[in-house]
Amino acid sequence: MNRFEYIKAPSIDEAIDMMDSTVPEAMVTRKDGSAKVVKAAGTDLLDLIKEGILEPGRVIDLKNIPGLDKLSYDKEKGLQFGPMVTIADLENSPEVKKHYRALYLAAAHAATPQIRNMATMGGNLMQRPRCWYFRSSAHHCRKKGGTTCFAQIGQNQFHAIFLTNVCPCVHPSSLATALVAYDGMVELTGPEGKRVIPLSEFFTPSEVDVTCENVANNQEIITNIMLPPVNEGTRAFYSKHGQRESYDWSMGDVAVVLQMDGKKCRDARIIFGAAAPIPLRREAAEAELKGKTISEKVVAKVAEKALEGATPLAHNAYKVPLFQTLLKRAVMEAVG
Amino acid sequence: MANPNKKKVVLPVAPDKEAHGPVKHLYSKKIKLPYGVPGHGLTEKEREVAIDEPPPMPINEKLSVVGKRTKRADALYKVTGAAKYTADIQLPGMLYGKFLRSPHPHARIKSLDLSAAKRYPGVHAVHVLDMEPGGSVQLDGGHDASAETYNIDKLPLLRYVGQPIAAVAAESQNIADEAVKLIKIEYETLPFVLELDKARQKNAPVVFEEKIEEEISEGDVGVTAADKQQGNLRGPTTSSFLGGARGDVDKGFAEAEFILEKEFRTQVQTHCCLETHGVVADWQPDMLTVYSSTQNTAGVRDDLAELFDLPKSKVRVITEYMGGGFGSKFGAGHFGVMATILSRKTGRPVKLMLNREEEHLVAGNRPNSHQILKMGFRKDGKISAIDLTSYGTAGVALGAGVGRVAQDLYECPNFRMAQYDVFTHAGPGAAFRAPGNVQGIFALEQMIDEAAERLGMDPVKYRDIIDNHEVRKLERMKGAEAFGWKNKKPGSDPGPIKRGFGMAQGHWTRFINLNSSATVRINKDGSVAIMSSVQDIGTGTKTILAQVVAEELGLMAEDITVKIGDTLYPDGPGSGGSVTAGSITPAVRNAAYKAKMDLLGQVAGAWDVEVSDLEMKNGDVYSKSDSSKKMSFGEAVKKMRTNQIVATASRPDDYGGFEIGNGIGYGRLGSVQFAEVLVDTETGFIKVERVVAAHSCGRPLNPMQVESQINGGVIMGVGYALYEDRILDLNTGHMVNANLDQYKLPYAKEIPQIETVIIEHYGAFSSTDASGIGEPANIPTAGAIANAVYNAIGVRLYELPMTPQKVLAALGVS
Ligand SMILES: Cc1cc2nc3c(=O)[nH]c(=O)nc-3n(C[C@H](O)[C@H](O)[C@H](O)COP(=O)(O)OP(=O)(O)OC[C@H]3O[C@@H](n4cnc5c(N)ncnc54)[C@H](O)[C@@H]3O)c2cc1C
Ligand code: SF4
Repeated sequence: MNRFEYIKAPSIDEAIDMMDSTVPEAMVTRKDGSAKVVKAAGTDLLDLIKEGILEPGRVIDLKNIPGLDKLSYDKEKGLQFGPMVTIADLENSPEVKKHYRALYLAAAHAATPQIRNMATMGGNLMQRPRCWYFRSSAHHCRKKGGTTCFAQIGQNQFHAIFLTNVCPCVHPSSLATALVAYDGMVELTGPEGKRVIPLSEFFTPSEVDVTCENVANNQEIITNIMLPPVNEGTRAFYSKHGQRESYDWSMGDVAVVLQMDGKKCRDARIIFGAAAPIPLRREAAEAELKGKTISEKVVAKVAEKALEGATPLAHNAYKVPLFQTLLKRAVMEAVG
Repeated sequence: MANPNKKKVVLPVAPDKEAHGPVKHLYSKKIKLPYGVPGHGLTEKEREVAIDEPPPMPINEKLSVVGKRTKRADALYKVTGAAKYTADIQLPGMLYGKFLRSPHPHARIKSLDLSAAKRYPGVHAVHVLDMEPGGSVQLDGGHDASAETYNIDKLPLLRYVGQPIAAVAAESQNIADEAVKLIKIEYETLPFVLELDKARQKNAPVVFEEKIEEEISEGDVGVTAADKQQGNLRGPTTSSFLGGARGDVDKGFAEAEFILEKEFRTQVQTHCCLETHGVVADWQPDMLTVYSSTQNTAGVRDDLAELFDLPKSKVRVITEYMGGGFGSKFGAGHFGVMATILSRKTGRPVKLMLNREEEHLVAGNRPNSHQILKMGFRKDGKISAIDLTSYGTAGVALGAGVGRVAQDLYECPNFRMAQYDVFTHAGPGAAFRAPGNVQGIFALEQMIDEAAERLGMDPVKYRDIIDNHEVRKLERMKGAEAFGWKNKKPGSDPGPIKRGFGMAQGHWTRFINLNSSATVRINKDGSVAIMSSVQDIGTGTKTILAQVVAEELGLMAEDITVKIGDTLYPDGPGSGGSVTAGSITPAVRNAAYKAKMDLLGQVAGAWDVEVSDLEMKNGDVYSKSDSSKKMSFGEAVKKMRTNQIVATASRPDDYGGFEIGNGIGYGRLGSVQFAEVLVDTETGFIKVERVVAAHSCGRPLNPMQVESQINGGVIMGVGYALYEDRILDLNTGHMVNANLDQYKLPYAKEIPQIETVIIEHYGAFSSTDASGIGEPANIPTAGAIANAVYNAIGVRLYELPMTPQKVLAALGVS
């Protein structure tokens, strides 16, 4: 672990002043040890530093900034929470459990109870991928500015089955799968003020820039996460599948949020986690579901559609039937 | 020059029939010991034993401390953090070491520049190691350590990622970690091979051009002959200490009603010791003291004494608490030697603990296997022939056999085997909880299951026909009862999630280490202490020793102070091969008995009665014939003529002698496990719901600790069956999951409900009649789970670990 300066930022404005780099930038173009990056709970940031793949010059802690850990729910406005809200806060919120079932399930199945108590949602959206080559200081892969993707030619059993051309890592956040399914938005604050963007545009595929996973700028902090309100007909479900049930990353996770008119599906969001470098929306499958009365048969067709265009790698073809099953079960659970 | 890893042999014996004959006693006596299983025709066995052996220990039911559920002597210290492990040792002026390790699976060192590392503030020494084949360490070979020079041409070839090259000693771990990065080194990379099958091919890169002279047994099968080495292939081993080929295998197959031939593959499993390997070495002019996380304090002492040319009396090795070894912590190891060199160079104590990544790369692993098993079966189910061929790789080390189970578990007149070691450019394997046999059982027990199905027989009943081991028969019966085997209806669930039931069994040789001595001291203040170099590696050795002495002296276990894990005390056995309980407890009891006789002699003198009339029980000393003569232990010790009574004893031969050599006892330790699983046929996910484990370990000294060992064995077996896998990147030779995040151990939700059935079995072998349990507990689990999976889904998995990927592939879903 390298030596770095550690500062607790008293306010958002000051934090923005003190920082000058995203973590991806610090890992690729600012490797001289001068980058100034922000830290929330540190469950990911400190890992990167300990693994020797991130050497920041300054670490700015957000945890003393007041007001970033608030969560509120309003029937009209929906759910809103600050970046320092923890995964456990989501899991334990009665409103989340009642109105945003898929998010509650995602929170309850992420990581371990101990990590959920620490890990913040801002950090969760900004965490770096878990690709084992990316995490190894011995492999200078594309995501770290190198030219090779070791996964494409190597051990890729836990990698992506969509968008695999450049960097088939999977996005590590399983919470994001649910947040995107609810059409979540994120508020970023920078020197020029605030901007609000849909999470579906926040995450960017490797084709855009292989070295980072989202659009956050060098001096931007996530200051809010918002979900639109749900209504009477909203039905949702989330399920995550890992090799183990305790303490494990997702091999595949699925969030579905359906707008139902009685038995008929009016609108749908189907998002796959751990299938691609971003939380992956399956629009063709959503279209297949729209206007239909849900049945095993319909769902089977939807699942087929959802996997169209998959390009599994040498060791992860199993993910295709896995996602099909997860999706079928999730839709049935959501309405069931 | 000696090679410390060479002695990493886990078994107490490479049985040498010539070495000693059976011991003759000048004065002997005949005693009658309990024999068999209480409630199942328990009888007595007469044995002729040395005159000073203690009287027979009655069965557990008749005892007060031994055989009772007894809390661990050190439980409180462990849970409160007061227990000091090697990793916790802090000595004044202590330096911290860090290794530079090979980043390449195969490379030559072209240049090496230590100057920047040496100049780094806080660095006290840098040392370059000379390595020899097998991942082991040679001290100062080819260069002068004290002058800190080395001959670049003599530096060893690098043969695996993680191979130690050099190390620094610095004032903090952080400084050491930074300084080691400053060592400038140029490599010439060479072609390498990692896969078992590829390494066997003709033009594969060769790991060792030279013949490996080592002849080791990692406790799996016998010794592979050094002269049979071609390319990366070494072997075959055709015999174990239980013998070699027997009968006429071809004739056996000709006589068979049907023949099964299947191939099985198992993965590389790493030990994942919670406390990593490491030492604190303190070189002082009068004594080298080494705190070591080891399974064998005496072995580490012997290695270091030999390597540094010191008298054994001037090397002290201490292991007060130990955080898991599972077979991988024998010998001084390259870190132990390096820390000692660095301490000698700097005149300061040096701590060198491996980190988690190093632990996966260099501290040992269970070799993988490719087994081709062919078995012939008669109409009546009897096995007519077994032919086993196996290949396995322990990387740059030896010992990748698949054990003795095919050879010895079932009756079969015609048998032959050929077990090969295959070298690859990967970290060295090491003995791992029932080495070889765990791999072997996965294959053998699935074959037996298939045969039972072919014969239309229940797997439990079928084994009654082919297995003549009496205790295991009882284990099957009691285990099946506890499991509810009779009422299980497999695979019939209508949904995609299928339930299945399976069983498997195993056995383990009853090894005894005669180098097991202990001292018992009775002090005039009534305190009692046990001393031996034997270490408690977490299995509860301290507690059972206290129980045995307490039983002998009529005291309570908590009255006894246990000082072990220090080579200043009499030599105890290394804790491997499940030898500890069976080897050291008789020595301890005999020492306690001697001390007791000494004490009673003095009391008898004072009371003017015969020694034989005196008894010690419930904290009292009293005369059996005269009830007025009674006093507490505390009063009795006041009659001592000296301040201390000290008695030392060693492990005698087994009563009735050994089956082989000086350490392989008669009778095998049987084990039978039953598993219940759920298999999701659409996701491939397997969940082990329940395991019933029926075991025997002779006299169960502390049933609570026996259960703990069985629980641990089953959990490890679940990990082996479903999750654990050392994954190497084939392009770079690096292990991609060298952590505890992506190397998957079973955690809370993966652990099934485990029920244990302990068969109390007396063999009249020693003054305690105890045997080990650590390894037997781990042997059958993966086999039982595999059979249960088959039972659930009707498709058999021939390869470990049984991941969702493999299940889906086997079902033809992906
Ligand atoms: C064993 C383990 C298992 C896990 N399993 C799961 C899982 O199943 N599902 C899942 O979703 N996650 C999982 N995680 C990831 C975990 O949820 C994240 O590490 C955590 O949420 C990160 O939050 P943090 O507060 O610790 O962030 P930090 O580590 O402090 O920061 C992470 C990144 O976010 C940046 N950052 C933090 N806050 C902000 C902000 N407000 N604005 C801009 N940038 C910010 C930091 O600069 C850094 O780059 C697991 C983690 C571990 C260690
Ligand atoms: S998948 Fe992406 S992160 Fe992983 S090795 Fe390839 S480029 Fe690097």
